[in-house]
Amino acid sequence: MGALQSLPGQPEYIDLAEKTGFSFEQIGVLHKRFKQLSHNGETLRRDHFNEIPDLACNPIRAQIIEAFFDRRNFRQNGEGTVEEIGFEEFLVVMSHFRPPSLHMTEEQRENVRTEKLRFLFNMHDTDNDGTITLEEYRHVVEELLSRSGALGKDTAKSIADAAMLEVASISMGHMEPDEFYEGITFEHFLKLLRGFEIEAKMNIRFLNMDTPTLCK
Amino acid sequence: MAVLRPARRSSAPLLTGVMCALLLLFLPAASASRDFAPADNETWRNPARSTQEEVPHHQTNSTAHKKAFPVLSFNYEHVRKPFEISLWILLALLMKLAFHIIPRVSHVVPESCLLIVVGLLVGGIIKAVDEKAPVFDSKLFFFYLLPPIILDAGYFLPIRPFTENMGTILMFAVVGTLWNAFFIGGTVYGICQIEAAQLGGVDLLSCLLFGSIISAVDPVSVLSLFEEIHINELLHILVFGESLLNDAVTVVLYHLLKEFSHAGSVTVVDAVLGVVCFFVVSLGGVLVGIIYGVLGAFTSRFTSHSRVIEPLFVFLYSYMAYLSAEVFHLSGIMSLIACGVIMRPYVEANISHKSYTTIKYFLKMWSSVSETLMFIFLGVATVEGPHEWNWTFVIFTVFICLVSRVLGVVGLTAIINKFRIVKLSKKDQFIVAYGGLRGAIAFSLGFLLTDNEMKNLFLTAIITVIFFTVFVQGMTIKPLVELLAVKRKKESKGSINEEIHTQFLDHLLTGIEGICGHYGHHHWKDKLNRFNKSYLKKWLISGNRSTEPQLISFYNKMEMKQAMMLVESGSAAKLPRVSSTASMQNIQPKEQPRRRAMPSISKSREQEIRKMLRANLQNTKQRLRSYSRHDLMIDPLEDNVSEVRFRKQRVEMERRMSHYLTVPAKRQETPSVRKVWFGPEQQVFTYDDSESPGRPAAPARRGPPDAISLLTESPQRTNQRGGTQAANGGATAKAGEQEEQEEQLKLSRFLSDPGPNKEQEEEEQEE
Repeated sequence: MGALQSLPGQPEYIDLAEKTGFSFEQIGVLHKRFKQLSHNGETLRRDHFNEIPDLACNPIRAQIIEAFFDRRNFRQNGEGTVEEIGFEEFLVVMSHFRPPSLHMTEEQRENVRTEKLRFLFNMHDTDNDGTITLEEYRHVVEELLSRSGALGKDTAKSIADAAMLEVASISMGHMEPDEFYEGITFEHFLKLLRGFEIEAKMNIRFLNMDTPTLCK
Repeated sequence: MAVLRPARRSSAPLLTGVMCALLLLFLPAASASRDFAPADNETWRNPARSTQEEVPHHQTNSTAHKKAFPVLSFNYEHVRKPFEISLWILLALLMKLAFHIIPRVSHVVPESCLLIVVGLLVGGIIKAVDEKAPVFDSKLFFFYLLPPIILDAGYFLPIRPFTENMGTILMFAVVGTLWNAFFIGGTVYGICQIEAAQLGGVDLLSCLLFGSIISAVDPVSVLSLFEEIHINELLHILVFGESLLNDAVTVVLYHLLKEFSHAGSVTVVDAVLGVVCFFVVSLGGVLVGIIYGVLGAFTSRFTSHSRVIEPLFVFLYSYMAYLSAEVFHLSGIMSLIACGVIMRPYVEANISHKSYTTIKYFLKMWSSVSETLMFIFLGVATVEGPHEWNWTFVIFTVFICLVSRVLGVVGLTAIINKFRIVKLSKKDQFIVAYGGLRGAIAFSLGFLLTDNEMKNLFLTAIITVIFFTVFVQGMTIKPLVELLAVKRKKESKGSINEEIHTQFLDHLLTGIEGICGHYGHHHWKDKLNRFNKSYLKKWLISGNRSTEPQLISFYNKMEMKQAMMLVESGSAAKLPRVSSTASMQNIQPKEQPRRRAMPSISKSREQEIRKMLRANLQNTKQRLRSYSRHDLMIDPLEDNVSEVRFRKQRVEMERRMSHYLTVPAKRQETPSVRKVWFGPEQQVFTYDDSESPGRPAAPARRGPPDAISLLTESPQRTNQRGGTQAANGGATAKAGEQEEQEEQLKLSRFLSDPGPNKEQEEEEQEE
């Protein structure tokens, strides 16, 4: 962390800092990591992520990596996916995990919450159609349970079904027997996880990175 | 005592009065043969027994003239001890009951205050009658009254918030207590130096000893108070965790300073040894707890052959952990907590559902009784004990305790906030500071001091501080919490969505940390989980349960609860308060209306439900029968529909319907005796497989093994989004898909709405 002097392009950082809210120090550290992951290249591709050993045993690895290449997370209201990302996009995606600062108004806090929930929503909604269908949700649960071996598909299905019903009952209330619940829209998702306090949970510390571990 | 049973509102004060009267009645009666025997070591020093001299007297009498055979005789002495103990406990519990019956009082005044007042009254009565009250014995307190409370706290400790805030809690517990001890001790010494107070002769070491006794936040008082104010989880765990973990500091400081005050002087070596001692005491205590916890978990692996004694293992191993730690002067409280925490996930995976309930209830019961007794004794001992009242000393102590607590919390938070992601706001700090109550532990430690002239002075001051914190702070914290609009506890029932997302977030954050190259909190937690799964679970959990992931256990637990609740409530008990009628057909893609559908249930489920039904058959028979008339149109394809099986199906369907149709309800006030919040916790829940020995490896519902099958005609589906070949759709209540609207409405009539507490309440009522 004492390697700040070797950082290129301070003026760019001002721009990035404004956009993402990171401090200069944090941007510097993340830049180092970016360069490491991309083998000093300018862009990152999916196979760069696949090389990270720590991710290997993560059950939702594919979704995490996908999230980095999803245009919806770049805050530019884009859609679809890209094949490679630059440092700026990397930083923007990471900024979703910044903790909210202490002195925030209720409205700002609400914004932060919406933003983080949006990120999660995008992760679930793989076909970009704005709703999480039953199939997509089932896929999520299956992935979560994928490391548990034999229990597999049936249980995952039941759990996903139960969850979906819960959403339906919370969001829709009364439904006619022949009405069809299309899928979880973003508003329903917000409503569902309102009590979840995601702004307190979906954070990581960005500054305490030791240089030795960066070698992985 | 039958006259006391019907406790209606108006009779509650009458109850109290009658109880006291009865107590009075017995005490003088028992003291009829009073003899001022010298103090023996028994804890109950009521008017001493003196039967010895009377007996020979009797015998000589009987040899002199032959008495008629005594048909009815009165011999109180030989049951005295257990009789009086039981009487005390009964009094305590009746008091507790009375408080809950009088609603006005219990909303304003916390229970601990009321109990102390009762103790004062009883103590006053005893003194007025000029009896000797039971002397407060520290041994009684530390060996019998305290362990149940701590075990209860440790066993049900919410692990997730505890470990997430561990750093903060440790800071408050260790550094905060040390600060308190030295600050209070130092300033009190300073005061004693002032001539005007006439307190000369109180040396520095005694003052520091006094400071160390009074500085620790007491878990019993905190627990008792915070249960009632329902504050948000973070603050609760901070104050509560601090009160539990500061025991190590208190133990070390107390023994250290006691030794020093005997020796008279302190050297640097001693101070260094003191620091070392602290680490030994705390870590040693935890280690002892872990050893016993693992032993307990391992034992529970084999208890499937003798289910009845399962709870005993839990209690005994924990108590042994406590006592073993006390043998070495290690921190017994930390040992007890470590044992409970370690043991719990494995034990719960191994034991039967009934044993789980037994453990839960016994722990709650014992800790409730202990707590009640403790407060009452505090009151009695206050009236009784020799007091030395010194205005300056006492007032100053109370004031300084407050100041030191506030300063400590504010100062520490300033440091802690640098390291926390979610910072503590001013409101939080205030609550943490204000919630630092002192309690009976301080009193007992004071009681253990050697008898010098200082002891009474200190005791008086300790009692005053305890009273001040419990009464003043205890009574005002509730309105203050509301005034400051501090976040309250979330009323969430176990939502499967939240559980899914909790797990999802865990993995997500671990992944992001991996991408950042950062070995943070999540990384280590993930490593620990994997270690747990690959090694510990295999050794400590019996059978196939060891591979069951948490999400599935959670899900099963929820289903189980729903099933039992539904069956035991007679399945037609309440009208639903929920307007949602969403059901599976609403989320499944549209299918042809002509469907004959039935839920598929695995054999083990069948058996369980059959058992439950058998148990409740009397109650539910009538209703189910009338209900079943509507549903005869259910698939005639199933050939041997026996009535029982049919009923079971209905129950199962209803259960699932109600499960899915519930909307989180508003919280109702539970009038349960022990007001504890069973939040959804990150634990592995039990799944009762004791009754279904042949159960398959996984609790998932497999494809239909027998005639009960889910038949779906799979016609052309235009809207194939879900692609649901729901042939083995498991938990889906396909039964909901009935043609007629009418059916559904009738079904919905039978749905109950299990709000979070209702569930618990139901469970509690049934069991």
